Amino acid sequence: MNCKGVIREISDYLDGELELPVRQELERHLEHCVDCKMVVDQTRLTVDVFCDSKTVELPADVKFRLHDALHRRLQEKSN
Amino acid sequence: MRPPIGLLMPLSATNPHRLPSSVARDDEHLLVAAAKRGDTHAFEELVNRYEAKIFRLTMNITRNREDAEDAMQDAFLKSYAHLKEFQEDSRFYTWLVRIAANEALMRLRKRRPNQFSLDEPIEGEEDLVPRELEDWGPSPEQRFAQSEMHEILSQVIDKLEPDFRVVFVLRDVEELSTEETAKALGISIPAVKSRLLRARLKLREKLNRYFRQGVAN
Repeated sequence: MNCKGVIREISDYLDGELELPVRQELERHLEHCVDCKMVVDQTRLTVDVFCDSKTVELPADVKFRLHDALHRRLQEKSN
Repeated sequence: MRPPIGLLMPLSATNPHRLPSSVARDDEHLLVAAAKRGDTHAFEELVNRYEAKIFRLTMNITRNREDAEDAMQDAFLKSYAHLKEFQEDSRFYTWLVRIAANEALMRLRKRRPNQFSLDEPIEGEEDLVPRELEDWGPSPEQRFAQSEMHEILSQVIDKLEPDFRVVFVLRDVEELSTEETAKALGISIPAVKSRLLRARLKLREKLNRYFRQGVAN
């Protein structure tokens, strides 16, 4: 596998979706290609920093308007 | 003035690669069943549980607070109106994400009609060639305070083209599967994969400007 091939497969590699022979070929390339190793590691970190596993809070004013709209709709339905 | 986003929370460097979504709790189906029977408190509990995540999703897609709020409200109201049609062949949260993503996309298309299309095929591989290859050093994200990191992520995702951003948000932030993302957006699985690859590479390149060694505070 050459560098272009690695870049094409990065997403599937990071998601663990590559067939074993392709993954092994890619990993063999990474053993000797510093640039591709850097791109793979940095792309993995990119996904990780954006992936949010923490609880986030809804701004109070947005929450108020949402529940107000919801109550009005629920009330309309029950009448 | 653009409102603070503050919704993209970075993971710490010690976290392993992302885990499967644990957003939907085990009792979700009980709440859905009760809500279907007309229990409004059960539906409100579902809203309380997912409102922040759905707002983050609509905000990430539209990048406009007013549109994001409207899309979120309509998503919850529509999910309530159509709850009886929900077949429970997927999780309620996934179904809700699909509705919210469509509401957000509708507003994005209205606001930027010439900039956004998921229909256009992506051709060529020239854009796949990585540029700006520089060492980030160990744990580059830890060089920034949390508020700085939020600002960086917000700026970076803001600059990503909407058709790539939508796919990235559904797959990597909301953790939908490739199939769920394709279904939500009405595009093929290869189209999702192709856009996700490009989105990730483009974001890496944009983050490089902040993370390369020697740039941090």
